[in-house]
Amino acid sequence: MSAMNQAEFILTARHLNKTYSQRSGRFGFGHSLIKALDDVSISLRTGSTLAVVGESGSGKSTLARCLLQLQPLDSGEVLFQGRDLAAFPASELRTERRHIQMVFQDPFASLNPRMKVGEIVGEGLLIHKLGSAAEQRHKVLHMLKRVGLSEADMQKYPHEFSGGQRQRIGIARALVLEPKVVVCDEPVSALDVSIQAQILLLLKELQQEMHLSYIFISHDLRVVRHIADEVVVMHQGKVVEQGLVDDIYSAPAEEYTRNLLNSIPGRKAAAGDTY
Amino acid sequence: MTELLRIEGLTVTPAVAPSILLVNDVSFTLESGKTTCIVGESGSGKSLTALSIMSLLSPQLKRLQGKVIFQGQDLTALNNEQMRDIRGKRIGMIFQEPMTSLNPVLTVGFQIGESLTVHLGLKGQVLKARIAALLEQVGIPASRANSYPDELSGGQRQRVMIAMSIACEPAMLIADEPTTALDVTVQAQILKLLDELKSRMNMGMLFITHDFGVVADIADNVVVMFRGQIVESGPVSDVLNNPQHPYTQALLACVPDTEGKRPLKPIDYAWLNEERAA
Repeated sequence: MSAMNQAEFILTARHLNKTYSQRSGRFGFGHSLIKALDDVSISLRTGSTLAVVGESGSGKSTLARCLLQLQPLDSGEVLFQGRDLAAFPASELRTERRHIQMVFQDPFASLNPRMKVGEIVGEGLLIHKLGSAAEQRHKVLHMLKRVGLSEADMQKYPHEFSGGQRQRIGIARALVLEPKVVVCDEPVSALDVSIQAQILLLLKELQQEMHLSYIFISHDLRVVRHIADEVVVMHQGKVVEQGLVDDIYSAPAEEYTRNLLNSIPGRKAAAGDTY
Repeated sequence: MTELLRIEGLTVTPAVAPSILLVNDVSFTLESGKTTCIVGESGSGKSLTALSIMSLLSPQLKRLQGKVIFQGQDLTALNNEQMRDIRGKRIGMIFQEPMTSLNPVLTVGFQIGESLTVHLGLKGQVLKARIAALLEQVGIPASRANSYPDELSGGQRQRVMIAMSIACEPAMLIADEPTTALDVTVQAQILKLLDELKSRMNMGMLFITHDFGVVADIADNVVVMFRGQIVESGPVSDVLNNPQHPYTQALLACVPDTEGKRPLKPIDYAWLNEERAA
């Protein structure tokens, strides 16, 4: 890969394959193979947002986990800044991981209920041994304030927060490490629409300030239209179509994409001049 | 147009704390063959309103006051036994979770047939034929009557739920977020099915949702709820195109539009509280 391409694409996945074996039949004695990723290739442009959309079972969450090397691939490579993550020795992979962080869907399940918010957000700094205790505390506090929480919140437990606030904690935890790539797996789908708008705007602001590149996994095509620069449409483990958001939404090339876009609620009404 | 349902001054509180108004003086009407959407965020009281109509509130909650007049009869005056005759027979209900609303150890045919046996006394071949017809009506092959819920997809399960709820040809259908757990293409199919059934059977439909896109697709009238109160109601085109209440305006500004052109604007609750006080 040329030096120019490395600067252009921060994360590139080539020909990813992943197969799950699943129990089948009424009593689960049978086995069937599910191709969760079938020759998937994507490229994330530095500083931009790449959305991965698809319905349940399309393989979008598997893709997220495989990009982060949280799950082994059957074949294919994931290049981060031009280097294959799978070829990294375990110790080096751990250090590299700080540059690729994840924000999870469920703000209720993804925060340890026995840890204080300050500990949750600071844990990554501790693990990666970034700075002295005082510096770490300062970073955590700064990040929490940036996402709209206060110093007093550091001493609280996750259950004391609403869904939207917990998602802010999840974002702070990912961003305190000053990553380059953030994989957001359905970060707003559990939230009310007013909270969803707040979190989407926060993610956009932080992207600018911290020069982040996002992989944004979502099933909500309206949200994707708002946040993404490019989009990858997945169906049954395969990439159906990819390109710039504006192009795909205005002129989808594939029947599946067309069908998906036509299913967006409120689109019929939007086609007329009402709402 | 015949008035099917009229709710007057419905107020729901926790049984132990009657000063907390979870549903606060809610009134609206529903006509036969029309769809009214109750839209609101979590905690706005939209589901409690639906449960109150069916007298299905949990024992920790209490209907403090208000009338629910269905086909001229005040449902709040009925006892449990009389209500059982209405639930499932004259008012059908569909819930959000098609995975947990069906009994996993009974065939879907049996579950659809249950209300036909209880309410209409159908048996044997007549019952079988009616179950088959209902499945066909919701777009599932009649042979699926012998399937168990785990053998069906989420969309099919929701279709089974719909078949159950319309089995006795109720005059009214209450659908509480029936498509929230479904994929977007399946959601579009289910919305279309519900709309067709409503027209064909001239049912009144009370549809609860948090999604303004769904509202735009399915509603004739809209009721917007916020913190237990109705802040705005009216025909769907008026409410969506020309919202009058600051909360409705703010909420609509949070919804990503399908064109992706309008910037998102989160709700400024401090400002909203001032507006309400004024």
